[in-house]
Amino acid sequence: MSKLIELVNVSKSFDGEPVLNNINLYIRDSEFITLLGPSGCGKTTTLRIIGGFETPDSGEVLFEGQPMTHLPPYRRQVNTVFQRYALFPHLNVYDNVAFALRQKKVPREQIRPLVEDMLKLVALRGFEKRNVTSLSGGQQQRVAIARALINRPRVLLLDEPLGALDLKLRKDMQNELKNIQQATGITFIYVTHDQEEALSMSDTIVVMQNGVIQQIGTPTDIYNEPKNAFVADFIGESNIIDGVMRADYRVSFDGQVFKCLDRGFAANEPVDVVIRPEDVDVVAPEKGMLRGRVTSVTFKGVHWEIIVDIHNFKWMIQTTDFVAQDSEIGLYIEPDAIHIMKKSEFSGMYGDYSSYSDELDRLSDPEADETESAEGEEEEES
Amino acid sequence: MTAANAVKRPRFSLPRWISAAPHMAWCVLFIVAPLLFICYYACTDPETGHLTLSNLANVFRAEYLRILWRSVEYALIATAVCLLIAYPLALCITRMKQRHQSMAILLLMLPMWINLLIRTYSLKNLLESNGLINQFLGLFGIGPVPILGTGFAIVLGLIYNYLPYMVLPIYSVLSKMDRRLIEAASDLGCSPLATLWRVVLPLSVSGIISGITMVFVPSISTFFISSSLSDGTILLIGDVIEKQISLHTARSYSVGASLSFILMILILVSLFITNRFGDKQEGVVL
Repeated sequence: MSKLIELVNVSKSFDGEPVLNNINLYIRDSEFITLLGPSGCGKTTTLRIIGGFETPDSGEVLFEGQPMTHLPPYRRQVNTVFQRYALFPHLNVYDNVAFALRQKKVPREQIRPLVEDMLKLVALRGFEKRNVTSLSGGQQQRVAIARALINRPRVLLLDEPLGALDLKLRKDMQNELKNIQQATGITFIYVTHDQEEALSMSDTIVVMQNGVIQQIGTPTDIYNEPKNAFVADFIGESNIIDGVMRADYRVSFDGQVFKCLDRGFAANEPVDVVIRPEDVDVVAPEKGMLRGRVTSVTFKGVHWEIIVDIHNFKWMIQTTDFVAQDSEIGLYIEPDAIHIMKKSEFSGMYGDYSSYSDELDRLSDPEADETESAEGEEEEES
Repeated sequence: MTAANAVKRPRFSLPRWISAAPHMAWCVLFIVAPLLFICYYACTDPETGHLTLSNLANVFRAEYLRILWRSVEYALIATAVCLLIAYPLALCITRMKQRHQSMAILLLMLPMWINLLIRTYSLKNLLESNGLINQFLGLFGIGPVPILGTGFAIVLGLIYNYLPYMVLPIYSVLSKMDRRLIEAASDLGCSPLATLWRVVLPLSVSGIISGITMVFVPSISTFFISSSLSDGTILLIGDVIEKQISLHTARSYSVGASLSFILMILILVSLFITNRFGDKQEGVVL
């Protein structure tokens, strides 16, 4: 698969606030790529630069090797499904979908079958005459997709397209979008802050934070081999513990040495150790490599989610066996469940489950909230 | 439909009725009663007080019809020119930064804080044969061009006085328009001009209609602007009505009332026609 779009050293700031910092990224033909990150990480700005709605302060955007940095949106072979859809309220469903073809001066009699095909693809046949404002969120969403796809763009940009839908509908639409992408072979660039959505739909995930790409990889790579504490925390749940590499395949944390599968670190190099909650086995206290006291038990349907206090570090563990609160348990960790990461700017910011989510922490912190919302608006407005 | 709407309200509620009472009294006293007086004077014989249509028939005379037509003509020209100036202006203002937008709107509204009479007198001053405009033209050896006393001066006066009423409703609609719609149009292949034509213009119809109404109605019924800028040489329908009513005779009252009556019908018809164009849009409250 060839490189369809390439971003080279792209940087962008709004009112002196850097939003993108030297982004390098290429997108292959026909792939489903997701830009994933929390709000204010620069993912939407990246998408808008590809769509032509923003011009980078520096760097180039290439389309099949040709620069398109300064092409206006209407000259790009790229179409967008906007956040909250941006359907034209003065036009009905048919006219919304036919909009791009009419602009291209396609003859009337050719437009009708094309629009009908599109409406069939998004399962909205019979809605032609309906007013778009009378449609439900899910239906508007489909009109937006049909409207963007009718042009047969090389690339479809989707900006949090499922954000406004409720959970069940969102799952259905995820499948539908994936099917549409595979049926049409059009490259999808998808922006979301929902890690589950990203994992289940994408061929490639680009994890972003603070205007920098943190990691690019397949969903399994990103999940199994997170590159730093931010990625490990943002994708799925993780216990991130301070450790020291004693030698190749030997890491020590919590006062003990564990076998692991990682090598190539300097002797006694401090590292972050990631252990996923589902990779830990609960055993009797005397059989465990680590032992601790259960401080909280939550039933999640498929499994129990328990918080275990080990030397004042709160571990999250997912287990299918019931464990009573306040009981002593042992933990057993296989070598392949231990993943070693180099220390990064994010080290020490995540990993402990003493308070449940850092999002909640941020929400309850007035100072952090101010900067957060300011950044969010920045992204919204631009 | 919101939940609040679904809750059934009692048909009659005393507090609500009381809170509306002052306004109701005002309407009856100063809107309904004068209208009834107009109908009364227009439809009764000034001497006998009997019902008659002869007053209304009498004003369909060549001299009044000519003046009526002139009023319509001037009002239409003024409205059209206002629209041509106001739309691009409003569009420009919405593209400015928020700070500058408020400033621009303030500048636009500033003249409206000055009384219409004073504004019109100052315009008259500018247009005089030794006024600023003619002095400027004189620098190039042109003129003095007689401007005062021409239809041009009156139309200019109408535009000058009523332009803000065209800009504000259009600006208000344009500034509330979702920027994403413009981006979406561009995304779907529209050049900026095509975006204006296919998206921005259709979505601002309600503002245009409000603007047209707010300029056309006062323009067609104006009396001071025309008599002042033409020194009484060109009369509009408003001037005639004013003159008739201020004669204070029973005869002139019925002529004035009849003309008012016809003007009112004319305005209602034109409002009806303009509103037809905006049927699909949600109306902007005047």
